[in-house]
Amino acid sequence: MSHTAAGLLQVGLLVVALAAVYRPLGDYMARVYTSTKHNRVERAVYKIVRVDPESQQHWKTYAAGVLGFSAVGIVLLYLVQRLQTLLPWNFGRGPVDEGIAFNTAISFVTNTNWQSYVPESVMGHSVQMIGLTVQNFVSAAVGIAVAIALIRGFTRASTDRLGNFWVDLTRGVVRILLPMAFVFAIVLVALGTVMSLRSGVDVSTVDGQGKTIALAPAASQEAIKELGTNGGGIFNANSSHPFENPSSWSNLIEIFLLLVIPVSLTRTFGTLVGQRKQGYVLLSVMGVLWTGMLAVIWWAETHLNGPAALLAGASMEGKEQRFGIPGSALFANSTTGTSTGAVNSLHDSYSGLGGGGAMLNMLFGEMTPGGVGTGIYSILVMAIIAVFLAGLMVGRTPEYLGKKLGRREVTCAAIAILAMPTVMLIGSGIAIAQSDTSGAMANSGAHGLSEVLYAYASASNNNGSAFAGITVTGDWFQASLGICMLLGRFIPIIAVLRLAGLLAAQRKVPVTAGTLPTTGPLFGSLLTGTVVLVAALTFVPALALGPIAEALA
Amino acid sequence: MTITQERTVAEADRRHIENTGRVAAGVFNPRQLLKSLPDALRKFDPRHQLRNPVMFVVWAGSVLTTVFAIGDPSVFTIGVAVWLWFTVLFANLAEAVAEGRGKAQAETLRRTKKETIARRLYGPSGEERVPGVDLRIGDLVVVEAGEVIPGDGDVVEGIATVDESAITGESAPVIRESGGDRSAVTGGTTVLSDRIVVKITTKPGESFVDRMIALVEGAERQKTPNEIALTILLSTLTIIFLLAVVTLQPMATYSGNTQSVIVLTALLVCLIPTTIGALLSAIGIAGMDRLVQHNVLATSGRAVEAAGDIDTLLLDKTGTITYGNRRATELIPTGQSTVEELTQAARLSSLADETPEGRSIVELCGGESTVDEVGGEFVPFTAQTRMSGIDLGERLVRKGAASAITAWVIEHGGTVPDEVKSTVDKISAEGGTPLVCAEIAGGHAVVRGVIRLSDVVKKGMRERFDELRAMGIKTVMITGDNPLTAKAIAAEAGVDDYLAEAKPEDKMALIKREQDGGRLVAMTGDGTNDAPALAQADVGVAMNTGTSAAKEAGNMVDLDSDPTKLIEIVEIGKQLLITRGALTTFSVANDLAKYFAILPAMFAAIYPQLGELNIMGLATPRSAIISAVIFNALVIVALIPLALKGVRYRPSSASSLLRRNLLIYGVGGVVTPFLGIWLIDLVVRLVPGIG
Repeated sequence: MSHTAAGLLQVGLLVVALAAVYRPLGDYMARVYTSTKHNRVERAVYKIVRVDPESQQHWKTYAAGVLGFSAVGIVLLYLVQRLQTLLPWNFGRGPVDEGIAFNTAISFVTNTNWQSYVPESVMGHSVQMIGLTVQNFVSAAVGIAVAIALIRGFTRASTDRLGNFWVDLTRGVVRILLPMAFVFAIVLVALGTVMSLRSGVDVSTVDGQGKTIALAPAASQEAIKELGTNGGGIFNANSSHPFENPSSWSNLIEIFLLLVIPVSLTRTFGTLVGQRKQGYVLLSVMGVLWTGMLAVIWWAETHLNGPAALLAGASMEGKEQRFGIPGSALFANSTTGTSTGAVNSLHDSYSGLGGGGAMLNMLFGEMTPGGVGTGIYSILVMAIIAVFLAGLMVGRTPEYLGKKLGRREVTCAAIAILAMPTVMLIGSGIAIAQSDTSGAMANSGAHGLSEVLYAYASASNNNGSAFAGITVTGDWFQASLGICMLLGRFIPIIAVLRLAGLLAAQRKVPVTAGTLPTTGPLFGSLLTGTVVLVAALTFVPALALGPIAEALA
Repeated sequence: MTITQERTVAEADRRHIENTGRVAAGVFNPRQLLKSLPDALRKFDPRHQLRNPVMFVVWAGSVLTTVFAIGDPSVFTIGVAVWLWFTVLFANLAEAVAEGRGKAQAETLRRTKKETIARRLYGPSGEERVPGVDLRIGDLVVVEAGEVIPGDGDVVEGIATVDESAITGESAPVIRESGGDRSAVTGGTTVLSDRIVVKITTKPGESFVDRMIALVEGAERQKTPNEIALTILLSTLTIIFLLAVVTLQPMATYSGNTQSVIVLTALLVCLIPTTIGALLSAIGIAGMDRLVQHNVLATSGRAVEAAGDIDTLLLDKTGTITYGNRRATELIPTGQSTVEELTQAARLSSLADETPEGRSIVELCGGESTVDEVGGEFVPFTAQTRMSGIDLGERLVRKGAASAITAWVIEHGGTVPDEVKSTVDKISAEGGTPLVCAEIAGGHAVVRGVIRLSDVVKKGMRERFDELRAMGIKTVMITGDNPLTAKAIAAEAGVDDYLAEAKPEDKMALIKREQDGGRLVAMTGDGTNDAPALAQADVGVAMNTGTSAAKEAGNMVDLDSDPTKLIEIVEIGKQLLITRGALTTFSVANDLAKYFAILPAMFAAIYPQLGELNIMGLATPRSAIISAVIFNALVIVALIPLALKGVRYRPSSASSLLRRNLLIYGVGGVVTPFLGIWLIDLVVRLVPGIG
């Protein structure tokens, strides 16, 4: 079978698998967040943290919950890293360096999982298990909770209550993420992903030298790393490491895992608002952009660019033989489109167009299909902007899902959309203006700029994938990327929750023939166009000097 | 009352000019640009610019480029600076032109505000002369034929004909009388006959005319909710582009190609949504103006926007859906009489009857002969006899109320068959008005039959309601008729729903019910008992003939007192929003071409491959940049007429409107600048120092 045919078969299998679970998982998640019953585990959790699960929260209380929980998470994670020597399975690894600990704490709490460290030599198994993996679960659950709160804004009317953050958070972990991660961790073990508490195995290589190959409890973290669109690898090589991602089958399963929740949440949304078509149109926009960008990256990587690739006959630099170009392109497209950031190939080695494509996926604002929760709330914010513009063109005060979009709603949507470009552009602008930045780059010229742009795009979008190439352990990068991750995560969250509060307080406007229909191909194209246009208009000048200049060379 | 069948607002505009001779909002004369130039220049004041974030950025950019152009003068740098100033100027012009038309109208109105001397009453019988401006609320003034009414108020005594042409443009005098729903008078109008006593209801300086002047001049203009929301969105875009351009400099420096401040400013101004930013306030002013041109006075721009959002329209049956007067629709012979006999008798009895009902009977019966040819003596209707007819020698023909005719027939020795009573009752039960027709011929008094008078739905109403339905607007007919009649007329007119035997409180309840369902409601009204409902409705249009209470309660006043106008008001509201949306889309879509023009111009020196993006084949980097700047400025002027006139609007569903406008203003917005910049470059490249 040719590589292309194999690749197409993988894409086909992936789509079939996603289609198969779309309805049951989407509807199951809708039930999770509307059910009035609490199971035993949840009741125990509420008792311990002293939360009344029946109480309903104002958007400010909900937001305070999100922020407070995340702040505590950052502090705890920082302490766990700094106090590593007190924990078992540290294999003599000392306290994690302050800069790394700061950056990593923010990175995992914001669901970014940007890694400025080499796990095998810095993090022991305890830090991985009780620190990083815990955040993999809860940061993902926070994302879904915020999305559900926004959806409640649309479904509820004349109320200032958005639900209970602690209940949504607990249910997300207990009813969705834990069971799915458990099952898929076992599947990954079966496929060869390692699961071990040993620090490594000593082997002697063919040339007779002794070496230690690092081991880790990888499978349990691998499943949630993809499922929660986190992306932080337990090994430095991330999903290109054979112990994390041993075969093309495990590769396909990991891609499935990172897409499954963001995709199915469109069904959850459609079910909750009582119009499935509203979810389908969002799914189709995500799907069209995902497919389009996959085609671009795939094409770019199979059409040779540069002397090394021409010499080798394929752009295989930085890619794994067991995945090939299609398996790498598919992974790269999905990981950058979902704010996951796991990698199974080196994006730095991609062609100008291929790497630029991966970067553009992030610069869309992570909605193709985006991270767990973040994807759906980001595309809903974009839909509000699209509806506002188009709504005017049908001669009415714009309304979306029966809620009017006035001054305050548009302000919230604008802030949510402004946050990412602002921190990304200011961050990379200042970084590039510093004289020692070029020393940190692995390349000069356009590709060097691409490395910096990619790093800030990744942090600001809470993606966490690394272009690699650039050295980001200096204080400036640790601090500035950390701040980008924080602002890129929490400014939109606050704006989205405030938006949810405003929407929930409104009455519901009935749909008439004069209402702009927000389903169907016309609205789908409009939304797709808005997503592309906003990203293109914002980032084309910067991209022109990086990936575009590279791609046209 | 004639029926209005305008299919579009534009056609209505045209008709309006013909009728009133006023300049309608839709017509744009390039000379207005020159006339408004002094006003436009005054608007360069930074305090004025600050009110519009997008144009303030352009203003600041103009200052910046001017400073740098002075430091490094060349054809290019001065050219960019000059054209940036032009961009600000054109935006100022758009606003000034829109305001200028309002000012012209205000002038006309001001002429009606003559200094008047009021004859104020005091004590039981005293009368004193005071200047009109000294009147206070509650004062009683006497106005006699030939005198100007000194202030807004209600007639509390007497009846008079009043010339209101100064306000309404309608030359036919109107009757104003105490009590009832025709008691309101407006200051500045003239009493033509008789004498009335008016109780002043507004303070001088806050009268109807004062408010109208303030409104059309734009003095009271505040940004409407939707305009504010749009401004926020435009500011967001401006911030994004500001960031994109400012952070471009370190990246350009890193790439070894530091850009001049002038080029970066040019890029910024081209990217931020200047087109819509420049035209936004002109669109708002013009929308208000369009309403005034339709002789509707709105108390706020907010009301005009709300009109576009209306979901439910409450329409009074009489005068709006049906003709104001009932018309003969059927002839029912009774007893031994034939249809021919009844037709002839009915016709004869009404030949000299000049009432609308009488004329409608003649129309229904047909025939050619006139009252002069027939001769005879006309017997007019009186309150005592309650019948009218004609005496042709021995032959006496009468029509009238059933009881009156029955008495007349019996008095002249005739008999009235039972079926007359049953027919009359049936017609009454169905909401019609029965008239009985009888004659004395050859000494015998005979009942010929019954004439049915009923409501006739105006022509074109059904189509109008179909359009409204397509726009997603539900129509509800309000009538005092019984449910049976109401249902029949509702079905005939094609309204979606009706409210029969409606009392004012029923109307109020209906409005509240609709609003609780999240719908916006519009209605018209004139009586004092309509006032609460007018206040409750989201758009309440009071008739100018109505009471002061009604006018105070509503948020619009229709000077023509034409209830069908409500439909046009809705269209004007929609047109206003569509124009904003369309020009915003156009403005943003323009940016694509500007990137293709400016980015290769900026960076082809360092990355020659970016020259491939110069798909327009612009001559030099300098010509490319200045062409984009010039296009950006000129497109504002080119769109001023559209901003003032409003985007063409045809009532149709949201989907088809969206498809059409996206195609024209979205796709058109992408294509137009490619063409425009390319054409400008062909000229600009000839300029030495640029080409």
